Amino acid sequence: MSLKKTLFDPLFENNPIALQILGICSALAVTTKLESVLVMCLAVIVVTAFSNLSVSLIRNHVPSSIRIIVMMTIIASLVIVTDQILKAFVYDVAKSMSVYIGLIITNCIVMGRAEAYAMKNGPIMALVDGIGNGIGYSVVLIFVGIFRELFGSGKLLGYNIMTPISEGGWYQPNGMALLSPSAFFLIGIFIWILRTVKKDQVESSN
Amino acid sequence: MEHYLSLFLKAVFVENLALSFFLGMCTFLAVSKKVKTSLGLGVAVVVVQSITIPVNNLLYNYLLKENALTWAGVQGVDLSFLGLISYIGVIAAMVQILEMILDKFFPPLYNALGIFLPLITVNCAILGGSLFMVERDYNFAESVVFGVGSGVGWALAIAALAGIREKMKYSDVPEGLRGLGITFITVGLMALGFLSFSGIQL
Repeated sequence: MSLKKTLFDPLFENNPIALQILGICSALAVTTKLESVLVMCLAVIVVTAFSNLSVSLIRNHVPSSIRIIVMMTIIASLVIVTDQILKAFVYDVAKSMSVYIGLIITNCIVMGRAEAYAMKNGPIMALVDGIGNGIGYSVVLIFVGIFRELFGSGKLLGYNIMTPISEGGWYQPNGMALLSPSAFFLIGIFIWILRTVKKDQVESSN
Repeated sequence: MEHYLSLFLKAVFVENLALSFFLGMCTFLAVSKKVKTSLGLGVAVVVVQSITIPVNNLLYNYLLKENALTWAGVQGVDLSFLGLISYIGVIAAMVQILEMILDKFFPPLYNALGIFLPLITVNCAILGGSLFMVERDYNFAESVVFGVGSGVGWALAIAALAGIREKMKYSDVPEGLRGLGITFITVGLMALGFLSFSGIQL
């Protein structure tokens, strides 16, 4: 596969969330505000890219019986570094995301790509694949984040788009958009749209 | 006693790990096709959760917390940045030990759980439970109650979802929504139902 295909395939053709069912937990939890979505996406892209790179570099030296624990250690170390950097530079955002930064360790995207792709391919391709899957994850997150923040509080990135009634405007904020069910509905709808456009992704009824 | 009871009920219903914190979603969606397998997984999660959270609680309080090493005569050391890697290590080790014990002493249960046991290591509900325990600063007794409660809540949610999905086989779902899509919508409706617990004052 060419570099370009490896990078852009995960966006819509083989989206990690919509098709591979990976990494859903954090996708739902941090999406009430666009700001935390962007931070989360950046963190996941960095961690996935570098864990893929490192796993790919050592793939010929690690016995397969202990590969899982080796991957776990690499990923956990990368997440700790990311967590410390976020705490140092964007403390408020990091605080508001509570445990979800740490949960990147168990985000199946990172582990899944390391196991499925990086163990079999060279470092450069693995790095690109990591970035691509990180971006594919970000696409869904940003979609959900925009809808939740816009309809839940009438803002985007903290700026008023539709001024809510409580601040003298006209928009009655839809409280449900900030609660957990809306995230499930939005991802369901995202999958619906994606699969209506790309018919080959429809699951056969069994 | 009342405090612990309300903590338990809160962990099971009001702050359900799966439906209000979205934890363990990957397995939640992937393994909820049949009630029987999902119950097996649910039991495994309860067991692992009620062991790892108290163990991580001890680890945090006596090794990692700021000034936690005072009992060893070391002052002013803050190792909490090592938290993530230690918790995941504890979880992986506990799952491994549990697997060996079950294999040796309870072979039927071991066979019933099968592949789910090792998979629990990467279930975010387990790590998430430990991280919440640290964030909310539970003491040891509270962490035991929270561990059991959150495990039971997760098991309840996955068993209920599997029940709904078994029934849904007979319905005519729009093409694009089939499979994963409609499952998300269903979970959303379940989360809406569980939201009604949030009004309860405990």
